[in-house]
Amino acid sequence: MEQVIARQRGTDFSSVAIRAFGYLFIGLFALCCLLPFLLVLGTSLTAEKSITLHGYNLWPKEFSTFAYKIVFENPAVIIGSYGVTLGITIVGTTVGLFIVAMTGYSLQRPDFPYRNRISFFIYFTTLFQGGVVPFYLIMTQWLHLKDSYMAVLLPGLMSPFLIIMMKSFVTSIPHAITESAKMDGAGDFKIFTKLILPMTTPALATIGLFIALGYWNEWYNAMLFLSPDMKYRPLQLFLYNVVTSADFIKNSSVSSNVQPRDMPLESMKMATAVVATGPVILFYPMVQKYFIKGITVGAVKG
Amino acid sequence: MCVPAILFFLLMSYLPMPGLYLAFINYNYTSGIFGSQFVGFDNFKFLVTSGALWKLTFNTIAYNLAFILIGNTLQISIAILLNELRKKWFKKITQSLMFLPFFISFVLVGLIAYNILSYDYGLLNSMLKSIGWDPVKTYSNPGIWPFIIVITYLWQSTGYGSIVYFAAIMGLDSEIVEAAEIDGANALQRIRYIVLPWLKPTFIILLLFSLGGILRGNFGLFYNLVGANNTALFDATDIIETFVFRSLMNNFNFSLGSAVSLYQSVFGFFIVITANWLVKKASPENTLF
Repeated sequence: MEQVIARQRGTDFSSVAIRAFGYLFIGLFALCCLLPFLLVLGTSLTAEKSITLHGYNLWPKEFSTFAYKIVFENPAVIIGSYGVTLGITIVGTTVGLFIVAMTGYSLQRPDFPYRNRISFFIYFTTLFQGGVVPFYLIMTQWLHLKDSYMAVLLPGLMSPFLIIMMKSFVTSIPHAITESAKMDGAGDFKIFTKLILPMTTPALATIGLFIALGYWNEWYNAMLFLSPDMKYRPLQLFLYNVVTSADFIKNSSVSSNVQPRDMPLESMKMATAVVATGPVILFYPMVQKYFIKGITVGAVKG
Repeated sequence: MCVPAILFFLLMSYLPMPGLYLAFINYNYTSGIFGSQFVGFDNFKFLVTSGALWKLTFNTIAYNLAFILIGNTLQISIAILLNELRKKWFKKITQSLMFLPFFISFVLVGLIAYNILSYDYGLLNSMLKSIGWDPVKTYSNPGIWPFIIVITYLWQSTGYGSIVYFAAIMGLDSEIVEAAEIDGANALQRIRYIVLPWLKPTFIILLLFSLGGILRGNFGLFYNLVGANNTALFDATDIIETFVFRSLMNNFNFSLGSAVSLYQSVFGFFIVITANWLVKKASPENTLF
């Protein structure tokens, strides 16, 4: 018996070796995942002079918040960008989540005759696509969404993946519950809002987070459809402009009365990155468990 | 109740499909789609003879194969190792840290890469200089980009993927594992004969999904790492999506872009069907459809 317990605790040589390797390997990998973030943060707090002398460093050799001061010198732009991103994220997530939930729910109702055909109709879009060029033409010439925030809002509303995820969540609710509610005289829509939605809160949280994360990090549709002369651009596109275009930084040197040669180019890029990413990273520890729950269901159901 | 979703996919996914007709014409902005000259397969002929199609296909598939093979191996290894560890706090913290890169935009990923690789100020060159080596000109040296791209991909996706596998391991009946231990199986044997076979269905489903996308690149990753205009690197880094994007945004060659997209969709479609058919033969319960 002693021996059995010892085995269960895994004291044989291979278990110990694997565990030691595991701590080392996973520890190092996790560290590699974290360090780049510290590098960005550290650089954003380093004096420009020190960057040109020593390059980027994890730990600021010469501490300075000048880059942040410049970024916030002209707060209208960054607040406008935050407003656009927040607005798109909130509206998009609410609308998208509601539609995804409704679709996922109705597609698993055994008494819905067209469910397989509609499921395939949705799934097929992952197999075959028209491509970017026709999509671009439809959006700009048919729907006339060029330079409209709708062009950023619309494509991110849902994806087949999220609908399938919702479907597999709802499947775990016994059909008998909806049956009996129906017998008590509740309509389909009422069953959905009063019964199904409250019972699928973890699913809704997960899917909502996926949609929200997509909107927060969205830059692709913004780049395709929003032209540079738009007043406010979503945060990530704003960051993209700061990173890639020297013009952008030159303009802000004019508006903040700093000589172009004194502009903290490099640290400003990093400071903007911190400002544009910060909230997600701070929010992340709170929402992580929902993500993991969602992924878990996906893994089990396939 | 699924009417909004049907409308959405009609608008966003089905409506563009007939637009692939663009691939067979010589699109001219002023005369519009139906006013432009019909040229049949000329666009494809051009892509084949110029060698572009071959290079794009090769790059896209080679990168995706590397992502799939190295990615899954790393994800499964980390999931198995996590499962072996005992310290709860260690597992929690490392899992959170590994998941972190999944939360950021590709723009920031590109910036981080620049932060490390930039010739003048990059961390890599600071480190090389401090041990007395010569700095490397990363952004004009195509040879090292496959490594950079694959490593960045792994950095961003491994945490997410390993949680999928870890979750699957959690579903394993602990009695089976205990029984094996009582029978004298050591950790390696346990992993080899119980855990790995248990993960097979998850692996096959994920493999099928990624094979379906093998001709679709990870546009955000490539575009933000390499940049839109760094032609020096295109031989090693150009994939179908970046080519299509350039033909749309820089060269305004809508027809050429559409031709590549059509090729991508048709070829990709056959790859999924074939992969699914192969899996159906080998283990019928694991197919996608």
